[in-house]
Amino acid sequence: MKTIKKDLVIIGGGPAGLAAAVSARKKGLSDILLIERDKILGGILNQCIHDGFGLHTFKEALTGPEYAQRFIDEFHGLGIEAMPETIVLSLDKEKTLTVSSKKGFVKIKANAVILAMGCRERTAGAISLPGTRPAGVYTAGAAQNFVNLQNIMIGKRIVILGSGDIGLIMARRMTLEGAKVEAVFELLPTPSGLARNVQQCLNDYGIPLFLSTSVFELHGKDRLTGVTVAKVDEKFQMIPETKRLVPCDTLLLSVGLIPENELSLGAGVRLEPATSGASVDDRFMTNIPGVFSCGNVLHVHDLVDHVSEEAALVGQSAAAYLLDRTESAAAIPVVTKEDIRYVLPQKISGKTDVTLSLRVTRPMRNASVLVADGDRKIARKKLVRLHPAEMIRIKVKAKHIENAEKLEVSVQC
Amino acid sequence: MENQYDVIIVGAGVVGNAIARELSKTSVSVAVIEKELDVSMGTSSRNSGVIHSGIHYKPGTLRASLNVLGNSMMADLCRDLKVKIDYIGKLTVARDEEEIKSLYMIKEQGEANGVPGLEILDPNAMEKIQPRVGGIKALHSPSTGIICPYSLTIALAENAHANGCHFFLGHGVTAIRKIQDGFEIEASGKKLTAKVLINSAGLYSADVCRMLGIHEYNIYPCRGEYLILDKRLKGTLNVLVYPAPHHGKAGLGIHLTNTVSGNILIGPSNEYLEDPEDYACTADIMAQLRKEGHALLPELKTTDFIRSFSGLRPKQTRPEVGGFKDFVIEDREDIKGFINLVGIESPGLTSSPAIALMVRDMVGKHLPLTLKNDFIGTRSGMTGHFHELSNEEKADLVAGNPDYGEVVCRCEQITKKEVLDAVENPLGVRTINSIKYRSRAMMGRCQGGFCLPRIVQILEKEFGYRPEDYLLKNRISPLFLGKMRQDTP
Repeated sequence: MKTIKKDLVIIGGGPAGLAAAVSARKKGLSDILLIERDKILGGILNQCIHDGFGLHTFKEALTGPEYAQRFIDEFHGLGIEAMPETIVLSLDKEKTLTVSSKKGFVKIKANAVILAMGCRERTAGAISLPGTRPAGVYTAGAAQNFVNLQNIMIGKRIVILGSGDIGLIMARRMTLEGAKVEAVFELLPTPSGLARNVQQCLNDYGIPLFLSTSVFELHGKDRLTGVTVAKVDEKFQMIPETKRLVPCDTLLLSVGLIPENELSLGAGVRLEPATSGASVDDRFMTNIPGVFSCGNVLHVHDLVDHVSEEAALVGQSAAAYLLDRTESAAAIPVVTKEDIRYVLPQKISGKTDVTLSLRVTRPMRNASVLVADGDRKIARKKLVRLHPAEMIRIKVKAKHIENAEKLEVSVQC
Repeated sequence: MENQYDVIIVGAGVVGNAIARELSKTSVSVAVIEKELDVSMGTSSRNSGVIHSGIHYKPGTLRASLNVLGNSMMADLCRDLKVKIDYIGKLTVARDEEEIKSLYMIKEQGEANGVPGLEILDPNAMEKIQPRVGGIKALHSPSTGIICPYSLTIALAENAHANGCHFFLGHGVTAIRKIQDGFEIEASGKKLTAKVLINSAGLYSADVCRMLGIHEYNIYPCRGEYLILDKRLKGTLNVLVYPAPHHGKAGLGIHLTNTVSGNILIGPSNEYLEDPEDYACTADIMAQLRKEGHALLPELKTTDFIRSFSGLRPKQTRPEVGGFKDFVIEDREDIKGFINLVGIESPGLTSSPAIALMVRDMVGKHLPLTLKNDFIGTRSGMTGHFHELSNEEKADLVAGNPDYGEVVCRCEQITKKEVLDAVENPLGVRTINSIKYRSRAMMGRCQGGFCLPRIVQILEKEFGYRPEDYLLKNRISPLFLGKMRQDTP
């Protein structure tokens, strides 16, 4: 089998991979290869034809394809090499990839790798949904593909389980296409998607959202005929007397996203249970020297703008790593305390400014995120509204952390 | 003459297809009638996929003798049909003195049945075969194997088809009349005649009997639910591990089963039902299986459950009786030419090639069976899947056909060529499930989230599918309701 050598290989041509490639090139790295399994670059943005992308990055509301195109144009403008319609079958800890395409099998030996594979949707099987196995049950993202890219009408009477952003977007989309969206049901007591999507996709169209309510059975042997829904108590146990049947022909699932780290695991990359993504230092390098991670494969983001920003940093880090050959100096652990679900990077050097990304465990109001080293307060960010669906970022200055032993992140009410 | 056959087989499960293939070696004309759109849509595909050794059945019963014979035939059959089989062996584990006694009884019974290589192992020896297996003694049966049950059934059907057997899929039998020298069968508006009629209708075998005025049999569907685990756990289980059986149970107890594709199954449960088509999974049993899974497999994480399914055992015993009854395989004296198979539950999959031999001999009493000299008993293609080949073999195949280079199903690494082969299957079945069962696409951890849109696109581009042509499993299970917008002319 043919083996080719590359300085930097980026796996995935979605928003993370594109931004990482562009910034690595701008840092002066010449030998970059981006591998994409689809025909065109842009990743999942290509099926996200609604607007609202780019409000932070470009200060305007773009559609998904428009947002992607800005990066694709820049990518091509810089003359970066892309290998489309190619799938990475394996990656090992020596940073050797096996890739497959119509042209055949190739081994690629890289000096550095950026993991930017994105995430996949949780399925009916993953949430052990009881009942029959009829046609008409789709993950919201697959449904979005059929509707937006393939001109296919998936159903007329629709129930959505889970209030993740894709589910909310699809509720509006199907309504605009003339389907009746009966309701969105959410197991948690608060919506999982962005507040603006609840307003713009459900409230504006009169689609009811039932919180602390879930689907407990699918009906119909052939095509879906209905679902049994019921309220749940604080322990997420079904309250039997609230059971009711909602007739429908289609169920869309928007019940969570899982970082797609199977390749990372094959290379020995250590994952964090809280994010299902890699454990990284302040350069976004994993435990495998020269292997970096960014975007939804690192942790699931709610805004693509944040993905691009994070990936641009990773592109720079990877370029710096290759150009200067610096070893990781990160020795200061960053740990979560009260009410913080996760924080990353999980380890920092203390030598540079760093932005911590984190999520809280539950909705809160008028509280502060506090970064401390023991009794020493390092940074504080006051927020009116804290919500698990919305990622919080907090900047920490190098001069405050260079001698830190450990950064502890907590919420102070 | 059209629609006139020497032999008609009702039911395209593993037993019906094994019989069809066996008879396709001879000069008789054979047709298989099946109410579903594909073969292997019932019990044959919805089970643990275990090739049993034959230790659990009373000596002298059909279940004992056909199981042991079937097991011994399976290796050659799978080699010829390019079906993956793995004789990984099984430990039946005792946890107390009472269960040890039952292990020795099972061993003696197995030996009487002719099961090879049985051994009682102490914890040291057990640990070597399967670390952390638990228990105080175990019976090791090295001839127990695993197989993909629908792959076997499909392979048998395709090979029978290649040797001249006709298939009437999507044809439910509605009436059977005994006529002179044979039978007239009505199936979905079609009239067919046969000199010999074979009932291998599984869950519906008692219904077929009733169409001929035989009322002595009843089938009580008994559902077994399973959970499928992520391939991440491949390698945690070297052998099959079963609890020592308890008297009167309808199944062999909840256990872990490895599959040839690298997943692990947890199940099956036991629940008698009225409806022979009720393949639902239930909240209570899924919760129970998850609990048992965590107890049996400490590495198991909640994210490892990728899918659930259920199957129905065609039991002859009422729920209040439980246990097992022997297979009914009879050449009816009262209805000449009617060969009747009822209650072929476990170990029906293992026994299927042996049942086919027994039924062939019964057919031979009614019709002269001359061996054809143009019978081809082997299938072309590869055993298993493209991704299981070595890198060199893969590179060669891609060089010959670029469609092998395009991975359509990311989780299972199934290529476009394999999907195309599945679509263009010899039986002409075109449902989404038929593509799934043949190619393994859509069976991985994302359950088609990634590849179903791609497969839909392939079917549209290369086979001219319109949105309403996509069916999940039967004619009333459409995936889509049409186009959103009509194309401009």
